[in-house]
Amino acid sequence: MSTVRIPPVLRENTGGSRSVDVAGATVTEALEDLFAKHPALRDRVTEDGALSSFINVYVNDRDVRYRDGLGTEVGPDDTIILLPAMAGGARSGR
Amino acid sequence: MTDQPTPAVRDVDTAEAVRLASEGFRVIDVREQSEWDAGHVAGATLLSLGDVAARITEVVPDRDTPLLLHCAVGGRSARAASWLVQLGYTNVVNLKAPITQWKDRGGRWEEPVQLLTPGQQRRYSRQVLIPEVGQEGQRTLLDAKVLLIGAGGLGSPTALYLAASGVGTIGLVDDDVVDESNLQRQVLHGVDRLGMRKVDSAELTIRGLNPETTVVKHAERLGADNVERLISGYDVIVDGTDNFDTRYVLNDAAVRLRKPVVHGSIYRWDGQVTTFVPFEGPCYRCMYPTQPPAELAPACSVAGVLGVLPGIVGLMQANEVFKLLLGVGETLAGRLLMFDAMGTTFDEVRIWRDPACPACGEGAGDAPAVPASAVSA
Repeated sequence: MSTVRIPPVLRENTGGSRSVDVAGATVTEALEDLFAKHPALRDRVTEDGALSSFINVYVNDRDVRYRDGLGTEVGPDDTIILLPAMAGGARSGR
Repeated sequence: MTDQPTPAVRDVDTAEAVRLASEGFRVIDVREQSEWDAGHVAGATLLSLGDVAARITEVVPDRDTPLLLHCAVGGRSARAASWLVQLGYTNVVNLKAPITQWKDRGGRWEEPVQLLTPGQQRRYSRQVLIPEVGQEGQRTLLDAKVLLIGAGGLGSPTALYLAASGVGTIGLVDDDVVDESNLQRQVLHGVDRLGMRKVDSAELTIRGLNPETTVVKHAERLGADNVERLISGYDVIVDGTDNFDTRYVLNDAAVRLRKPVVHGSIYRWDGQVTTFVPFEGPCYRCMYPTQPPAELAPACSVAGVLGVLPGIVGLMQANEVFKLLLGVGETLAGRLLMFDAMGTTFDEVRIWRDPACPACGEGAGDAPAVPASAVSA
């Protein structure tokens, strides 16, 4: 099992869980297992079956865009980090 | 040892002393460090009266070295000279005249370049002591101009510590007024400032903390129309806004003008910090090429935020600013630091420059900016 780190804005879709243990040998398989456990996440993370372009996926500290994309292999000690952009800060200045 | 000068010490006047110094006499200044710092004979050695007897043999091992001693007017140096004679030094003369005449008599004189005023030296002494800061670094901070986008949760701690540490100019971009719900985290402001413009409240607080810091107030919203004017005069930009539009507009302009941006964002118990140094590391668009939907960026007023979180994240931003200004250490360029206050954990991921980045990628270089709307549509 590898671990998927759930970003704060998506925790409402995991019942508040900050990380979820998942099965799978690749990022794609791991995410499928994640969606099986928390179906509401699928629509938040994917668009038309593909990963949303505004969510970055890291295996440990490496962006999968610079590895093998969603085919990047994951092992039991790996952490998958889903990282949507976070904008929070001061209300003003916008 | 006796304090009585012995006959072996010859007193000389300034004109002769200047001549002897030019002929190779070693000049020993027995005044205190602070007197030395204000100006001293060029090439002289400082051995304060309390040190001279103990250290002279280490500094001048050869007792036949011709020595010219002086202090402010010739009293302390007369005592020191007599000690040196007793220690076996054979050729000791004492300048029996005010050292202030030295320059007027044609003597070579050094006045150290004063990077800091005595008041600045006192105020910033604790950080001037740090080797990576020193007087030069402090001077750099005093001459630096830092722009904070937002004088709210993240901007408050950043502004307070930058000002306290002597950053000379702090610009604030904020068009908001102080609201009671801000006070839980926006520590620049207080109950007596409710309804006041945040830039005005911030200026009052900063002035109370460090009157030397110049506060430049920009009571406006940062947008595509004013971003270049706002950021162009600053060395470092600190981004603490709450919406994607501003972040993309700022990023693209900062890349164009090659301004480093220290990025901070917060959400409930979580914070993120990184530093974007144009063309040296990734930019915001390298990380997130596509602008996310607004629901991923709920403001603190909607999502809530722990009061200390902007404090922690804002101070990490301030730390990045200091390293950028001083040119020391390793910044977060190329790394995104994530802080989870609930678990008190720090994680980081690497972020890379994207060769295809529309803002800073190959071909984008010095090209005109891509409007935010065109890229993120």
